[in-house]
Amino acid sequence: MGEIFMIMIAAVLTENFVFSKFLGICPFLGVSDKPSTAFGMGMAVTFVMTLSSVVTWIVYNFILVQYNLEYLRTIAFILIIAALVQFIEMFMKKYVPALYQALGIYLPLITTNCAVLGAAIINIDNGYSLINAIIYGAFSAIGFTLAIVIFAGVRERINFASPPAIFKGVPISLVAAGLLAMAFAGFQGIEIV
Amino acid sequence: MNKKQSGINISKFAKEGILTNNPILIQILGTCPTLATTTTVINGIGMGISAAAVLIFSNLLISLLRKFIPKQVRIAAYVVVIAGFVTIVEMLLKAYIPALDKSLGLFIPLIVVNCIILARAEAFASKNDPVSSVLDGVFMGIGFTIALFLLATIREVLGAGTFMGLELFPVEFAVKIIVSPAGAFISLGILIAAFKSITAIIDKKAKKGEAEK
Repeated sequence: MGEIFMIMIAAVLTENFVFSKFLGICPFLGVSDKPSTAFGMGMAVTFVMTLSSVVTWIVYNFILVQYNLEYLRTIAFILIIAALVQFIEMFMKKYVPALYQALGIYLPLITTNCAVLGAAIINIDNGYSLINAIIYGAFSAIGFTLAIVIFAGVRERINFASPPAIFKGVPISLVAAGLLAMAFAGFQGIEIV
Repeated sequence: MNKKQSGINISKFAKEGILTNNPILIQILGTCPTLATTTTVINGIGMGISAAAVLIFSNLLISLLRKFIPKQVRIAAYVVVIAGFVTIVEMLLKAYIPALDKSLGLFIPLIVVNCIILARAEAFASKNDPVSSVLDGVFMGIGFTIALFLLATIREVLGAGTFMGLELFPVEFAVKIIVSPAGAFISLGILIAAFKSITAIIDKKAKKGEAEK
């Protein structure tokens, strides 16, 4: 139980995917303009990342390891994620149209979100059990959601500010992200035993 | 005639890849590895060259296959091609430069989802002949590596007081935050802003030169 709790806190706060592991920066800078859309994107990522953590863990441990094919990990994982995203999209469209309306537009972007592949690989590299892998996948995605929602709020304010001309757009966003990262670095002072 | 034309082409590709269309500093693609691997110059260059190698070969193969890949499944096909080359690079690094493989860690397999490579495959290699696709890959790769080198130099020199492991000044005088994640975001922001102002000056001069002519 203690280990699971530690994984949760680390994934959301101390080792936040965006601010300390630098995963998923593209959607972080690209999508997050309004907190509501950022939240939608975050939920879609959470959904896919939890499922993909399960599937990639099972495929790696029961298929790739069994046949000594560990070196095919990268190819296998990216194909699993791409297929999974496609499948979720079709499933949602048919059976949960309300959810599809809300999250559908973000789904195609997720295949190339490095956070999803990153979580799958970290699960294997850290030697997590299946339960730990699920927890890690889900809570890293929640950490990602937290980051993009907070940052979307910051961005709304930046739009009204007038930085020097050369800083307009991405540079000022990056500086703001740096300041947020400093705040998240504060969590690393918390020691969890 | 032919020679002259290819000469012009190369300088055009070089200008596109390194200056006017630099993948990191202008297109803002591939930010994840940029921020994560530029804590030291060696890591930055290692990442740049690995990604450039994948980019060149995937551009070549995708351009050769461009008439055979059906349109509907093209993205999936590109991803498989890229993942294949990434696996090759990963295995080569593990075998010959294990230290670099260890310090880049997660970000070597993550070259698969590097937006630059997919973007060049979709925007360039799928529409052009193999020779120009390779040239595009080479110069986009160089542009990527140069940007990583610049950012890594800033971060290593200011943040750790060393350059490629050589001590420049005692570590007590270093600004440690620049090596931390927060410093990565801030220094990349400042680098992009600086690059913007430099290209703006170059543009102005070019326009002035044209007007005088």
